[in-house]
Amino acid sequence: MAQKVLILLGTKKGAFILESDAQRRSWKLRGPFCETWPINHVVGDEVSGTIYGGGGNEWFGPAVWKSEDFGESWTHSSDGLAYAAGEEPVKSVWSLAGGSDGLYAGVEPAGLFRSADGGLSWQHVAGLREHPSRPDWHPGGGGLILHSLIPHPDDAKQIWVGISAAGVFYTADGGATWEPRNRGTRADFLPEDQRYPEYGQCVHCVVVAPAKPNRLYQQNHCGMYRSEDGGRKWESIETGLPSSFGFPAAAHPRDAETVFLLPLNGDIAGRYVPDAKAAVWRSRDGGKNWQDLREGLPQENTFFGVLRQAMATDRLDPAGVYFGTNTGMLYASADEGDRWSCIAQHLPPVYSVETLVVDS
Amino acid sequence: MSRQVLPKVNVTLPIVLRRLFPGAPRQVSLAAATVKDAIDALDADWPGMRDRLCDSRPAIRRHINVFVSGERATLQTPLTEGAELVILTAISGG
Repeated sequence: MAQKVLILLGTKKGAFILESDAQRRSWKLRGPFCETWPINHVVGDEVSGTIYGGGGNEWFGPAVWKSEDFGESWTHSSDGLAYAAGEEPVKSVWSLAGGSDGLYAGVEPAGLFRSADGGLSWQHVAGLREHPSRPDWHPGGGGLILHSLIPHPDDAKQIWVGISAAGVFYTADGGATWEPRNRGTRADFLPEDQRYPEYGQCVHCVVVAPAKPNRLYQQNHCGMYRSEDGGRKWESIETGLPSSFGFPAAAHPRDAETVFLLPLNGDIAGRYVPDAKAAVWRSRDGGKNWQDLREGLPQENTFFGVLRQAMATDRLDPAGVYFGTNTGMLYASADEGDRWSCIAQHLPPVYSVETLVVDS
Repeated sequence: MSRQVLPKVNVTLPIVLRRLFPGAPRQVSLAAATVKDAIDALDADWPGMRDRLCDSRPAIRRHINVFVSGERATLQTPLTEGAELVILTAISGG
């Protein structure tokens, strides 16, 4: 059966959807959706085709938006998406992920919610905020946000989350109890003898290799890392890359050894692509060696950055790779990063990129 | 036992809120003793509207203004018969 490919964008001014066929040669853009609210993350359910968008509006607060007709119409809810009275209220939804036992939402200030009814109502997964380290969680530049949210593909009890700047946390009991999983990741912003704390690292993005669920990749404020054991320990993979700083990471849909990063020039150097030349960096061996992919990407006077959730792959073969910039441009490759083209520009700043492949 | 008669008030909803709740009119007449009661009544007719107007402190959201007969109100502000309750979006965004 013919397939259609959707690119789901969260932006500063609403959600957008681009659509193509499996060839991915031309794209049609629709949007903005969600009443132009800031939308931090848009995800799609491969089985039902339902699309969810998470964000928050300065006037009306946080909500998860939902479309069951590929973006033609949307509803919204934040029923239950709240902390107890007296606590700092939930400001915005930052991450969404479907697990085998429901839909999860990560929010600011950092916390986790689960919906068992497709986003109509939410229950607080309170165990995470009950972790004894919580008084020490400090906001990064983007706020105290739960931005990386990874339900284990095969086991509903296991979840990883990334919180800026508290680090990576993991549960094996469905969210009742959590443990930090940051061993081996640096915190260069702490005194020299404190640079490998149990928690408090500034994680920027964590992704799982779908083909190997204990293989995680991480882009941190301070380095790039791989874990072979679900985050118990992390190994640096930044040798061969132009900097240790960046935001997004994207895993290949089938090959656990292939990963894509987009390093920026440094945290206090402007946070744009190194030497003002855009490149996606690909490793085919789990981060041991890196290749810069530039064909079709601008190679002069390029001052964009790419945010933490703004790069993704699709599940076709060869895999498509996509990234959106904080200057409102969207680049796509239909051949695993070898060649790129700009498929949308003049968009609002792109906060997130995800893909959805469905039968047409 | 006497039954309390609630004041009848008129509520004006901003268009950006009405866009989030298709079918919600510009003006609503309802019975409520406080601003909180009025918002609860709105939520009963348009589920979810309370969450758009109030946070979990609980309080009226920081960038939502509710005026009662021309004066800025809180959730606790009492309402009297015939009060005009106007909901507005404050200056915000970027």
